[in-house]
Amino acid sequence: MSPAHETLHLALAWSDWLNLFGHFLLLSTMSIGGAISTSSEMHRFLVEQHHWLTQDQFNAAIALAQAAPGPNVLFVALMGWHVGLNAGSVGAALFGVLVCMVGIMTPSTVITYTAARWGHRNRDLRAVRAFKQGMAPVVIALLLSTAWILGSSAGGGQWRLWLLSIAAGAVIWRTRLHLLWVLAAGALLGALGIV
Amino acid sequence: MTTSPHPQPGEPGAPPRPQSLSDLFISFTLLALQGFGGVLAVVQRELVERKRWLTQEEFIEDWAVAQIMPGPNVVNLSLMIGGRYFGLPGAMTALAGLLALPLVLVLSLAVLHDRFADSPQVAGALRGMAAVSAGLIGVAGLRLAAALKRSPLPMSWCVAIAAVGFVLVALLKCPLPYVLLGLGGLGCVLTWRRLAS
Repeated sequence: MSPAHETLHLALAWSDWLNLFGHFLLLSTMSIGGAISTSSEMHRFLVEQHHWLTQDQFNAAIALAQAAPGPNVLFVALMGWHVGLNAGSVGAALFGVLVCMVGIMTPSTVITYTAARWGHRNRDLRAVRAFKQGMAPVVIALLLSTAWILGSSAGGGQWRLWLLSIAAGAVIWRTRLHLLWVLAAGALLGALGIV
Repeated sequence: MTTSPHPQPGEPGAPPRPQSLSDLFISFTLLALQGFGGVLAVVQRELVERKRWLTQEEFIEDWAVAQIMPGPNVVNLSLMIGGRYFGLPGAMTALAGLLALPLVLVLSLAVLHDRFADSPQVAGALRGMAAVSAGLIGVAGLRLAAALKRSPLPMSWCVAIAAVGFVLVALLKCPLPYVLLGLGGLGCVLTWRRLAS
């Protein structure tokens, strides 16, 4: 039943950690649409080129970060964690989290913060207003698309799951009930095998 | 330089705002803990509808910027909101709130994962939460669509652009940068022309 999991035993030198850090710094500057949009490049680098991460670990990192609360970018932390674990210790795993997260966060944070301050100071410029208001329909399209993609990826889009999505949407639309209750109800229905 | 016809945050009328850095930190931590499969829709519900730190329009505009910049959109949004009220310390506090506790949680989950991943109850619970999240995100999108009424663009154009965007992203799986540049660019140019008249 249980598949034979590939295991890795790495010996990472400082130059390897530096290489990893530099790669995530670079990916950060390209991560328009979120770090997840660079995940195929992470796969190429970590799994195929350097063999620092197994395919199972890569998949689990993305799935777990989706399932857990919090921003999805935390899948990067899980990759760092597993690279470190493969290198032999929990200490290395924590160091891997640090290297990957600081790498993926720093450049994008600096760029965004600087640009957003500029945009806010110049918010009355016609170009700035045109940009912000002109993007609004696309922003809404992206939200609806995310709902669609998340809804169809949850269990292959069975009708009972769609029904749950719609029911949850109706509750959220009509009431001010705290989200955690709605999430807990969804979790319970799922755990009992009803959806 | 013209003055904006819209009142901006911070001017008289005193719209609700975070009271302190710790208020900011706790608010973003709570946001993050409610966001399964993405925090953005939770931001819309909590910060726009419940706390009213942002209007629907401000949220959409900020999100457009957050989306076009490198980095995760909700991280960018937290930087912008924190930075607006408290400068750089605010931006860093909001970011820390968003990431700190979820990071601990997700690492704990990773440790537990191997033991419980094959349990059908756990898989079912995750499926159920993902379905609820899909509903939440869809509602956030529909609610924000109401804000398009105040767009300089006619409603029909907005709906057309949004519909094409949905088909491109959700159904045809177009890479996001092309959609943002192409369709978003089109929206910006049309708006720019309307703002002139």
